[in-house]
Amino acid sequence: MIGVEHYVVVSSILFVLGVLGIFLNRKNVIIILMAIELILLSVNLNLVAFSSFLGDLTGQIFAMFVLTVAAGEAAIGLAILVIYFRRRGTIAVDDVNRMKG
Amino acid sequence: MIQVLSFYLFAGIMLAAGAFTILARNPVHSVLWLIVAFFNAAGLMVLAGAEFIAMLLVIVYVGAVAVLFLFVVMMLDIDFAELRAGFIKNFPLGIAVAIVLLAEIVLGMGAYQAGSLKLGTPDGSGAPVAGASNIEAIGALLYGKYLFLFEAAGIILLVAMVGAIVLTHRQRSGVRGQNIADQVARRPEEAVINMQPEVGQGVKL
Repeated sequence: MIGVEHYVVVSSILFVLGVLGIFLNRKNVIIILMAIELILLSVNLNLVAFSSFLGDLTGQIFAMFVLTVAAGEAAIGLAILVIYFRRRGTIAVDDVNRMKG
Repeated sequence: MIQVLSFYLFAGIMLAAGAFTILARNPVHSVLWLIVAFFNAAGLMVLAGAEFIAMLLVIVYVGAVAVLFLFVVMMLDIDFAELRAGFIKNFPLGIAVAIVLLAEIVLGMGAYQAGSLKLGTPDGSGAPVAGASNIEAIGALLYGKYLFLFEAAGIILLVAMVGAIVLTHRQRSGVRGQNIADQVARRPEEAVINMQPEVGQGVKL
């Protein structure tokens, strides 16, 4: 029978895949944003699995809020990406530090 | 049995799609693999009995976020081969970080299995209503106990929308736009009128 452990294992593997994606594609900010979406997806999976197996709906409510924040983050991130591309003509993010902020 | 089978099917496809998302050469393929991963995650959530979140995942992620990614990837004219230059160089570090992270998670789960940690039990305030469907139970909780959090989520979305518009909006020069203040302040006396006077009569201004 499928227990909560199975879900935790799957979502932790997905989380690690997301972190690996950030490290592998250091230059390509689009893939970095997608890796962040993968990480948030694994968090959502965890929340839903625990909520379902503990018999408490609070986890699903919070999964919805994580979804909201993920959508907002994607919109703002891609907007920043578009104006960055407009100014620089590239999206290589390993030289963003020219502002020395 | 069918539940176990579909769990492993969904989980396997989801993890494979996640791996292809971060490894694909072409970002368009990455986005498409991401969509596959989202669909299979929704399947896993249906298996766990959370239909509402699963459908929300399909609508919000596949319908909005992934399509937004697709638009941006296709709109920007980028040489993606150049962006992959550091892929091999970053590979050892990335794998090392991933292994350390996975080991930590396995360690934590081992500690939990050994019984040294207490997760606690739910207090029953979020327990599903008996006889109600998943959507009804979530609705009762969302519009009751978590109403203010729900409205805060709406404000977050509003701020994100305004932020995205403000960031990407640009004033183009050389475009004749509409001046609404001028149009509203216009009076009949100063308007240009089309007149057809008789020959030799002239026009009174």
